[in-house]
Amino acid sequence: MKIRMLMTSALVMAGVAAFALTLTKPAAADDKALTVVSWGGAYQHSQQEAYIKPFAKETGTKITEEEYNGEIAKIRAMVEAKAVTWDVVDVDTQTALAACAEGILEPIDYAKVGVDKSKMIGGDQFDCAVPTILYSTIFAYDADKLKDGPKTVADLFDLKKFPGKRALQKNPFINLEWALMADGVATKDLYKVLNTKEGVDRAFKKLDTIKKDVVWWEAGAQTPQLLADGQVVMGSTWNGRIQNAVVNDHKNFVIVWDGQAPDYDLWAIPKGTPRLDLAYQFIAFSTRADNQANQTNYISYGPGNKDAIALIKPDVLKDLPSAPDNMKNAIIVDPQFWADHGEELRDRFNAWLAQ
Amino acid sequence: MVATTAPDIVRTADGVPLKLKLQRVERSRRLKALGLVLPLLIFIVMSFVVPIGTMLKNAIDDPEDISKVLPATMQALQSWNGQDIPDESVFAAFVADIKQAQKDKTSALVGKRLNYEIPGIRSKVIAGARKIEKLEAGPYKDALIAMDAVWGQQETWATIKRASSPWTAFYLLAALDFERNADNAIQNVPPEQAIYRTIFVRTFWIAFQVTLATLLLGFPVAYLLATLPTRYSNLLMIFVLLPFWTSLLVRTTAWFVLLQDNGLINEVIQLLHLWDGPLRLIFSRFGTILAMTHIQLPFTLLPIYSVMKTISPSHVRAARSLGAGPFYAFWRVYFPQTIPGIAAGCLLTFILALGYYITPALVGGATDQMVSSMVALAINQENNWGKASALGAILLFATLILFTVYNRLVGVDKMKFG
Repeated sequence: MKIRMLMTSALVMAGVAAFALTLTKPAAADDKALTVVSWGGAYQHSQQEAYIKPFAKETGTKITEEEYNGEIAKIRAMVEAKAVTWDVVDVDTQTALAACAEGILEPIDYAKVGVDKSKMIGGDQFDCAVPTILYSTIFAYDADKLKDGPKTVADLFDLKKFPGKRALQKNPFINLEWALMADGVATKDLYKVLNTKEGVDRAFKKLDTIKKDVVWWEAGAQTPQLLADGQVVMGSTWNGRIQNAVVNDHKNFVIVWDGQAPDYDLWAIPKGTPRLDLAYQFIAFSTRADNQANQTNYISYGPGNKDAIALIKPDVLKDLPSAPDNMKNAIIVDPQFWADHGEELRDRFNAWLAQ
Repeated sequence: MVATTAPDIVRTADGVPLKLKLQRVERSRRLKALGLVLPLLIFIVMSFVVPIGTMLKNAIDDPEDISKVLPATMQALQSWNGQDIPDESVFAAFVADIKQAQKDKTSALVGKRLNYEIPGIRSKVIAGARKIEKLEAGPYKDALIAMDAVWGQQETWATIKRASSPWTAFYLLAALDFERNADNAIQNVPPEQAIYRTIFVRTFWIAFQVTLATLLLGFPVAYLLATLPTRYSNLLMIFVLLPFWTSLLVRTTAWFVLLQDNGLINEVIQLLHLWDGPLRLIFSRFGTILAMTHIQLPFTLLPIYSVMKTISPSHVRAARSLGAGPFYAFWRVYFPQTIPGIAAGCLLTFILALGYYITPALVGGATDQMVSSMVALAINQENNWGKASALGAILLFATLILFTVYNRLVGVDKMKFG
């Protein structure tokens, strides 16, 4: 009796100890496994079809996918804790620059990418990331619900002409630029104005005028959903998400290209991943011109590799953000401005939201 | 001289003193008991005591230790009196530290830490570090001040000096919208940054409203359940428990669908022409409280029900036969006996409601977010563990204070969960 009880409690304690160990022991680096992180939704689906599945098939790699909404903090926490589980991450330009300055990304060795740096759009601006697409932040509306829809950024802020809710990203990025545009600032002067405290105050003051009528989104899939539900009359998102809803879900959504903000997404490698070589192999594979061109069959984002443009179908080309018709009044995004000021503008934006 | 003899010691059959023998038996019994509870004890320590302890420590510990990045600067600042601007030696040490930090890619950490206290300084530090790298020789003081006025401000250096201590009250102050000014005195933060007091008040207010709503809705249902014959009450009980067994996320999403502008509720209102245009139900305070009340209802209802089950119906009958009216009999005889259940249910709901995150995030608007969403923001976006811990610690203490007041008013020993 006594012995059995002691045995039982010893076993239970061993079990607890083993459980505790599994919590603390890092998993052994599996040399044929890779974790790729991106922004979910239609965009990640295009990456699955064009890169992830073919790469897994070709190399026999087991790829785990994760999704995030661009939180640089998650990469930071991993690198600081020396427990990097994300091997390849799709980052935006401001993260690529800010995280590089903080030393939490691996500097890119283009010899291992197998492409010349000059072949990549904006490749020379980034030491720690490889451009993969050109996307754009735009706003759109449902032509089935709005016969005479918005044409300009000013319409986004015009509650008299277009009453109802707007969906905007829960982030100051591009919202501040649009607020200033609606307030009469020319696209070429946006960052000159935003670089002053008065300019930022002016942008928030303009945002104040529509604050009550905004639904704030965090994931890229939300705006097409909110438009389809009639929950908002117009909303901002990334152009590929709208195009996708038009092609695949037969929605009658229309993109307003005025004040579009084209920008890159890039592949980056968090510093200290034990699977560095495989991460490079994956980036090299997804940077190849044929694979890059193939991605445009799934989502209307421009390729990062300039050589891919020749391989893209003409009817796809006209829907890309880089099409001349779409570029008429585009914002030339300043990633360095956002890398330097992003954090404090986000702090102020979050305080403004909660008030 | 009288010789005293030691009193006879009672011994067991094998000659061991009985006292000792008893102690041994007692000890082995205690060890056995301990062995039985040890696994649970280890589990509680590891999953509860250690994390909460760590959180409390992080709230006053300075995890962003920049004295490692600026060792020479901290050394040089030791002799600075805190008045005016430090002299050339401090600037020279700072330039040397930053040059090294640029090589180690750690200068951004300095910007990040100082930015907590001086909003907007991050980009100046990062841009300044790039310029400092190019500085060949001194004097550095004038060169830096010419570069950016921020290096000519006493506040900047006071903040750097303050950051050299491993303990700080900064995060706790920031979580209550306080900051230190240049003279180290505590003051309110500027209004465009002040959010946390509002959010703490909002969190407690929402939790209180939800508690009240669950009580008003739950009490009559509990009474019905406790007094109906078993075959009806069982069916009713299933209606109460079914949502209780459904995932919180699923129920929140269901409310999202119901409350939409084109959702079921608004459709019905349009159909019956009760209101022109859709009602603002989603992304509103009303929707948040509605969804939370639905989720918390069983937590309030079940303790009340189980206490009501133990109340003998003969009490009210006796009161009635002695001449009390129906309301009087209920109010003076039945209701007081349900108070332990009400106390238990309400406390449970109130404390659970304080920690809500996903429901306000999905159904609420920007001004319906509670403390937990600020904690998530601090961790996921700002990577500021100190602030997140401070918010958690303040919420914990505020809850404990309320619990103490509650104990004085109601008495925790009077609570019954059944």
